[in-house]
Amino acid sequence: MLDPVVLAAQASGELQAGLTAIGRGIVYGGAAIGPGIGIGLVVGNAITAMARQPEAAGTVRTTMFLGIAFTEALALFGFVLAFIISG
Amino acid sequence: MTLLGIDFPPISHVTRWPDIFFKDTAFGINKTVLIYFASVLITLVIFFAAARKHQLVPRGVQNIAESSVDFVRESVIMQTIGPEGMGYLPFLTTMFFFIFFINIFEILPFIQFPGNARIAVPLFLALLVWFIFNIVGIAKQGFGAYMKSSLVPPGVPKAILPLMVFIEFISTFIVRPFSLAIRLFANMLAGHLILVTFAILTSAIWGAAVYFKIGAAFPFALLVALTAFEILVSGLQAFIFTILTGVYIGLAMHPEH
Repeated sequence: MLDPVVLAAQASGELQAGLTAIGRGIVYGGAAIGPGIGIGLVVGNAITAMARQPEAAGTVRTTMFLGIAFTEALALFGFVLAFIISG
Repeated sequence: MTLLGIDFPPISHVTRWPDIFFKDTAFGINKTVLIYFASVLITLVIFFAAARKHQLVPRGVQNIAESSVDFVRESVIMQTIGPEGMGYLPFLTTMFFFIFFINIFEILPFIQFPGNARIAVPLFLALLVWFIFNIVGIAKQGFGAYMKSSLVPPGVPKAILPLMVFIEFISTFIVRPFSLAIRLFANMLAGHLILVTFAILTSAIWGAAVYFKIGAAFPFALLVALTAFEILVSGLQAFIFTILTGVYIGLAMHPEH
């Protein structure tokens, strides 16, 4: 008795769970690309600035953390959204 | 959720705790609430103890209090608001310590849960900051001028002004508190989940067959390293929350030209 409709009905739960897991992965992975590049730019330029003007290192470091915090927020939205997605 | 034969608990199991006191009422007290109470108490005790027997040459707890007040004054207020923001020093210092102590419970043995991995306190603090910077802006500039300085960016052509006002409204009044809360919450939740993951991995490999036990050393080493990293994250997130509060108050106090 291998009725394809019955089999499909049984499998749909697993299929949905699997697709949800894949979707979560795509959401977080996609959300991490931009902020990854962005934080790299922020920190790289902050290091350049500190190397050129070591006496301004304190100010640059504070501003760098601010820039990181703003950039990182986007990745964290993706992180939270990945948990919110449910099958 | 079973992954590669390792049982990973669903997310609600690592962040939700059963009530300890006042079971099944709206005022149930669980581990998270106890962490909040403990943080309030520690913050109070540090500053009261430091102020009670203050000496010219600081020692012990007075040293911690003085250097932290100095830190908030120099690297938060002077950088973001300026000298006229000194009135916010007590608020920002207590907020820094409150958040830091809630976070640091993440790596304290036998407790190991950052209270900020539940969104309640981050959300409440973000709303508090939202009210404060709006009230400060309205009080300092007047309602109309505050709205103009926060919604209308200078030097924008008239044609795209409505769009810019809409975008600025969303980003200033809606995204700001939301991202402030989510940043703290998601950072602590992510750190907690990573520690849980490596702890489970270590225990699962340790429980496997004899010749696999040596493999448990790798996740355990990573667990120790990540625990050290989470100390940094706890302090950094408290600092970032405090400095962003300073930035928002500073922007409300003196508008961009």
